[in-house]
Amino acid sequence: MRAAFLAAAIVFTGAASAQDAGKEIQRYRDMVAEGSPAELFELEGETLWNKPQGPKNVSLERCDLGKGPGVLKGAYAALPRYFKDVDRVMDLETRLLHCMTVLQGRTLEDATKRVFGNADQPSEMESLSAYVAAQSRGMKMAPGVSHPKEKQSIELGRALYFHRVGAWDFSCATCHGDEGKRIRMQELPVLYKPQGARATAASWPAYRVSTSSFVTLQWRMNDCFRQMRTPEPNFGSETTVALIHFITATGAGATYNGPGNKR
Amino acid sequence: MAAGPMKMRATLGQGFTDVRVLMNHPMETGQRKDSDGKLVPMHFIQNLTVKVNGKLVVDAQISQAVSRNPVFSFRLKGGAKGDKIEVAWMDNKGESNSTEMALA
Repeated sequence: MRAAFLAAAIVFTGAASAQDAGKEIQRYRDMVAEGSPAELFELEGETLWNKPQGPKNVSLERCDLGKGPGVLKGAYAALPRYFKDVDRVMDLETRLLHCMTVLQGRTLEDATKRVFGNADQPSEMESLSAYVAAQSRGMKMAPGVSHPKEKQSIELGRALYFHRVGAWDFSCATCHGDEGKRIRMQELPVLYKPQGARATAASWPAYRVSTSSFVTLQWRMNDCFRQMRTPEPNFGSETTVALIHFITATGAGATYNGPGNKR
Repeated sequence: MAAGPMKMRATLGQGFTDVRVLMNHPMETGQRKDSDGKLVPMHFIQNLTVKVNGKLVVDAQISQAVSRNPVFSFRLKGGAKGDKIEVAWMDNKGESNSTEMALA
């Protein structure tokens, strides 16, 4: 009897401290969000957007992100989507890369030389993503879901999400498949269900506090594949775009509230 | 990345003004090593000032203990519409930056 009582008490304190930790993490997140350095990346991105670069020495101001050349308002909320001019589905970063090569005349090699930055030197792509995404704040996420190629991309993303690969036989669903899983103190969202996907769609790209850097969805896909020990996917590949498309389409309807903050 | 962007927000309350300023700075402590194993030299904001209509109201000495890309917020007494608020910093290498705005 006494042993049973003790065991119950231990279980109870265990549950309470996990809850407290969750609350404390939320408090920390709220504090960080108050003065998020993401805003600094937005400012830097604006400068880069207007800066003439590449062999043609032009800026990205005429870049068409789906709403017409140079239209930024709401552009991010409607991505990924199908682009007629290239006959494929593109996410924000893939489209930016397209504009860098077509408008600015840069080679693919030059434009993808340094897509993921670090704390000391953020990448051009990261700052540009922050700037463009910020212009969709307060809007509903509504990626393209009606064109046959868009449907195909979402279905590919769904298949990839559950497809086990690599030496460790991991799929996205291995970690992001059940509610309540976490790595250390980081909760893992279930991204094939609207609830988890909405929070993700509403907050990426984001400032990552632990590395003092700005991270994008292409980076997130790339790094998840690294953690799964697969070969590195190409930047803006059909695979990474399809996964981003699937997750964003699952989270459609969320109000965009980014660029957000990650631990 | 010297003198990157700064962003300030100031809001007028009842008899006070809240100023929040975000600044871009590496804030190197001098203890960190780079990928080649060499020490990254100290580089941090030493002095931070806030002026209201040209009058110095905050003069702060800060050190390496402050994080990268710091945020500061101050509550100033008083304040009226149109008051000009200036925030400036100077680091240990003599680099500086400032931003200003009028209270609305």
